[in-house]
Amino acid sequence: MKWEVVIGLEVHAQLSTHSKIFSGASTAFGAEPNTQTAAVDIALPGVLPVMNRVALQKAIRFGLAIGAKINQTSVFARKNYFYPDLPKGYQISQLDLPIVEGGEITITVGEAEKTVRLTRAHLEEDAGKSLHEDFHGMTGIDLNRAGTPLLEIVSEPDMRSAAEAVAYARALHGLVTWLGICDGNMQEGSFRVDANVSVRPQGQEAFGTRREIKNLNSFRFLEQAINYEIQWQIETLEDGGRVQQATVLFDPDSGETRLMRTKEDAHDYRYFPDPDLLPMKISDQEVAAIQAELPELPSQMKARFVEQYAVSSYDAALLTANLEIARFFEAIVAEQVEGKLAANWLNGEFAARLNREEKTLADSPINPVRFALLLRRISDNTLSSKLAKQVFDAMWSSELSADDIIERDGLKQVSDVGAIEKLVEEAIAANPKAVEEFRAGKEKALNALAGQVMKASKGKANPAQVQEILRQKLA
Amino acid sequence: MSLSAADITRLARLARIGIEAGEVDAVANKLNNVFGLIEKMRAVDTTGVAPMSHPQPLGLRLRDDVVSVENQREAFLACAPQTEAGLYLVPRVIE
Repeated sequence: MKWEVVIGLEVHAQLSTHSKIFSGASTAFGAEPNTQTAAVDIALPGVLPVMNRVALQKAIRFGLAIGAKINQTSVFARKNYFYPDLPKGYQISQLDLPIVEGGEITITVGEAEKTVRLTRAHLEEDAGKSLHEDFHGMTGIDLNRAGTPLLEIVSEPDMRSAAEAVAYARALHGLVTWLGICDGNMQEGSFRVDANVSVRPQGQEAFGTRREIKNLNSFRFLEQAINYEIQWQIETLEDGGRVQQATVLFDPDSGETRLMRTKEDAHDYRYFPDPDLLPMKISDQEVAAIQAELPELPSQMKARFVEQYAVSSYDAALLTANLEIARFFEAIVAEQVEGKLAANWLNGEFAARLNREEKTLADSPINPVRFALLLRRISDNTLSSKLAKQVFDAMWSSELSADDIIERDGLKQVSDVGAIEKLVEEAIAANPKAVEEFRAGKEKALNALAGQVMKASKGKANPAQVQEILRQKLA
Repeated sequence: MSLSAADITRLARLARIGIEAGEVDAVANKLNNVFGLIEKMRAVDTTGVAPMSHPQPLGLRLRDDVVSVENQREAFLACAPQTEAGLYLVPRVIE
């Protein structure tokens, strides 16, 4: 049987505020346990939450960026459950009137584009942290994180593969960091993903039973966990079993998902509007003011790159995956470099190099100005692309400019017709067999001759010129 | 709508309220009276009336995003029955 995979994601993005959503305690990461808590965060009796304006504004900013509806009245609700890192016995969240409803995000998978619809995004507070190491058989509780503002972003079940789910998560991650509403640090838990996964026979309309994979904190784990889960569900069904609705955890060591709880012992959260917090009334003026401050969005910038710099849609998508790479690209292009050439290098050699060394753009030893000079030396034919790679390598491990390296290593491409003609004549004289083959109509033989010329020039002859002169001489 | 003894036991467990077996019927009775009242209210036609989430006809006041709270750990931890290494200690929770 052919199976179709259905995936929806819930993402918790930590809103980058200085203080907590309902108290004046700091949200800075990494402090000593329990040093960043206010009376509200530890739920002392008689204290009241006061909402952080910036958290609300950042949520609205997100809603506007995805073309969603901003609810003019938005209500906080209590989500009731008992766990020691949640001292109030409830989490302040939103149920019926979330701040953001609807909207969509366009993702690129390979060459294909796809739109993922969003259900909603709502404001809520984070819980504290339980430390299960052995404290004489007890659990330690750190409430520094309690009350940190979160935006929970819920997608429709629009994704059909792990690759699409990862593309969506990456696009969302790119967008929230682009908008400056979340620092996106996945190791520190600023961007956490839950994946709802189900399978159904191809062509069937009703969804299969889903299982939810909790708390994935890297794109790699997201992909692994979903792929494992898909395989597990299909095998279970094909063996005549049934998938039970459940919450599962992903174990990165084994690469497997394991059961956390089934529907029977699922929480019953008994939501109700929080009487401590009045409904939020959001005026058109407030929304308009936030709209006016929205930066150029990734999708808009992508379209502009295609239009203005004549790069392919695929390249433009990569160049707008995050704000840093987009700025890097524009800084290079601003130095009189052709867009297509800059795109090829950034998405090719440069990206591969960063990847291989597990570096991010911020760690790049080559800044846009140095990069631009290298690329200009390709445009003006000083360097062949092969020589340029050599110069690029040298630039990576030094602070020299492209010109310094070309000078030092004598890498200047030879475009002098006389010099190349001499090498071509030598190659023709030395390879009568190849000459014969070419004249007999074998195109490949020309490449062999060109290779000889390149070799004789130590890679410095202009390859296009070599081909041209070879053809002239053999005509 | 009427609550059974099983419903009462489940609700008590969810709310972490200890109810003795002998109390279940009395609690069920009281809660069912409340549900009677709710039934009466549900009979009212509320078509076109927005649900009220708060009795005050006001909007939420917001505060500026400023860190205004100092470290009060020692004072807070002093309220807890058991602490160690700056942490509150609670009976072991394993999920």
